[in-house]
Amino acid sequence: MEDMSEIRIEEATRAAATVASRLGINRREFLQFCAATATTLGLPAGAEAAIAEAVEKAKRPSVIWLHFQECTGCTESLLRAEHPTLDKLILDVISLDYHETLMAAAGHQAEAARKAAMAANKGKYILVVEGAIPVAQNGIYCKVGGQTAVDMLKECAADAAAVIAIGSCSSWGGMPSTDPNPTGSSSAADILGKTVVTIPGCPPNPYNFLATAVHFLTFGKLPEVDELGRPKFAYGRIIHEHCERRAHFDAGRFAHEFGDEGHRMGYCLYKLGCKGPETHANCSTIGFGDIGEASWPVACGHPCIGCTEKGVGFIKPIHATAQLKGMSPPASYPGVVEQQGKTSFASAAALAAIAGAAAGAAAMLAKNLGKQDEAQAQQKGE
Amino acid sequence: MDRRTFFKSSLAGGAALAVGAASCPAQARGTNTLPPEALGLLFDSTLCVGCKACVAACKEVNGMPVENFTKDAYWDTPLDLSGKTLNVIKVYRDGDMAAKDREENGFAFIKKSCMHCVDPSCVSACPVSAMRKDAKTGIVTYDKDACIGCRYCVAACPFGVPRFTYDSATPQISKCQLCVHRHKDGKYAACAEVCPTGATLYGTVADIRKEIARRRALKPGEQTSFPRGKLGGKDQSYPGVAAKYIDHVYGETEFGGTQMMMLSGVSFQKLGYSNLPPNSDAASSETLQHTLYGGLIAPIVVLGALTFIAKRNVKPDNEEGGNHG
Repeated sequence: MEDMSEIRIEEATRAAATVASRLGINRREFLQFCAATATTLGLPAGAEAAIAEAVEKAKRPSVIWLHFQECTGCTESLLRAEHPTLDKLILDVISLDYHETLMAAAGHQAEAARKAAMAANKGKYILVVEGAIPVAQNGIYCKVGGQTAVDMLKECAADAAAVIAIGSCSSWGGMPSTDPNPTGSSSAADILGKTVVTIPGCPPNPYNFLATAVHFLTFGKLPEVDELGRPKFAYGRIIHEHCERRAHFDAGRFAHEFGDEGHRMGYCLYKLGCKGPETHANCSTIGFGDIGEASWPVACGHPCIGCTEKGVGFIKPIHATAQLKGMSPPASYPGVVEQQGKTSFASAAALAAIAGAAAGAAAMLAKNLGKQDEAQAQQKGE
Repeated sequence: MDRRTFFKSSLAGGAALAVGAASCPAQARGTNTLPPEALGLLFDSTLCVGCKACVAACKEVNGMPVENFTKDAYWDTPLDLSGKTLNVIKVYRDGDMAAKDREENGFAFIKKSCMHCVDPSCVSACPVSAMRKDAKTGIVTYDKDACIGCRYCVAACPFGVPRFTYDSATPQISKCQLCVHRHKDGKYAACAEVCPTGATLYGTVADIRKEIARRRALKPGEQTSFPRGKLGGKDQSYPGVAAKYIDHVYGETEFGGTQMMMLSGVSFQKLGYSNLPPNSDAASSETLQHTLYGGLIAPIVVLGALTFIAKRNVKPDNEEGGNHG
């Protein structure tokens, strides 16, 4: 075992040195990225070595990134990931062949680059979809280079090795799909008619996306997903389960309004409409971005709006109280009929002894009374 | 007195008793009715999320100590009402507890605190008027200075609410008094004030009845809004979805009605609230007692009869020649 890990560390160090020189970052930063990614994925110790190796050795996979009905927030948040400066990594670890926000090319040149990349990496490229796809009136509400979003998505997905929907819009419709949804905004999965890996969130945590991409890079397949296509490592649990304010919920301490004493004390935000109890995401465990635990809404003192969860985010009023999903009452809660204390053998025996003594005493008393009477009668008779 | 005279006097006594009972029919009382400005609580089990904010707040405002029954003793975990706990949230559990407000394989929360009966047994049983029902608000209060510690109220309450502080050197009864001590500051019951979902609401019984009628008229799944805190107070309502209620409002008729009423999706028997008749025990026991002792006629007759028997059986001392042994 020890030898193995030593070899691994050596390999990782070598890989790190190679990548570090290529990316112009130092070895330490690179290994930090690999370790952080392994942690996000919930992989065992030593996996960071495998990740470092894969990132170093694998041919940079071609990534085609489509933008439809969105605000580019997903891209923006990804650009602000810093383990290390991910703009470098995203350009060097993967080959980002088409990304409307980041690419230098424009107009026909850009579309030509996309077509060229698709042809060159047929069946091997990763397709990332950002934004919902409008379907009303034949999809005329979103066109890129004269091509509707529906057509473009179908064309690009046909030869993709994997499709990743980033953000709530492409995952389940997101904000554009809220009632009355005039443009008929739909998710990528709806258009393609198959489950795609979804990274919902508005914006999603960049590390959830990066971890998914690196998982693909390292193991050659996408991570395990749930029935909605969400990677289980990130969306397997409800925010409430690991919330830093959970203890306040369990103890019944709530902020009743913004700025009140409870709010300033950091109490649970459930009453203010926190959707943590019905939202699947890992915000409460990894925070958001790179500035630590104070960076996600609940830590800032605002209730979670449930941006990752279909039917919650952008649908339910922000300050409406959430439903508690998948929560059965804690074992410490008293049942309707609660047994308190037990009759031990010793106490039962003690009680029996007392009762016996009392009965005996009563019998003796009665007997003696009779004797007394007899004695009195005898006295009288004399 | 011979046998004949005895029967005569017994008959006369019986007749007098009958006349006495007939002449004071006011002694036979029916179940009391709701005071004019009755205040109470509405507990909706389907809205309760089991956060126990009400339990914590109740302890805080009433200065009650913490109770620990769990091994780790992290938090206040009362198992039931006690001398240290005036309000508790209990859980109905069945099977795998997969869904809330379901009897089979489900769970539901239930609040246990004073029901503030319209015709309270504890007030009727209390020999010293330490337990009182406010004539205006109907809040059942307790006066520890008047209490003699007989614990008749503990035995009389059909809900098991009043508890005795056995472990205190100066024991007293503990029970919810609807935060009556906070009313002068314009505050109301702390349990309702802190409830995040409005599962516990404070208000006049008239408002509570209106709210109950409104909720029962909703179709399950229908969009509606739920008030929080105090009915008729500051608007803290929030949008929600109507639940499926069972066709029973607990406290509407039970024991002559209570000022705390409850709605639920699970039968109240499962939640530890038994079926109770619509007339109160206080009414029947007071009728019985006041009839038996009305005008003190029956006791006088019984005393007369006893005196006669005693007299007849005792031989005069002088018959034995005044020999005092």
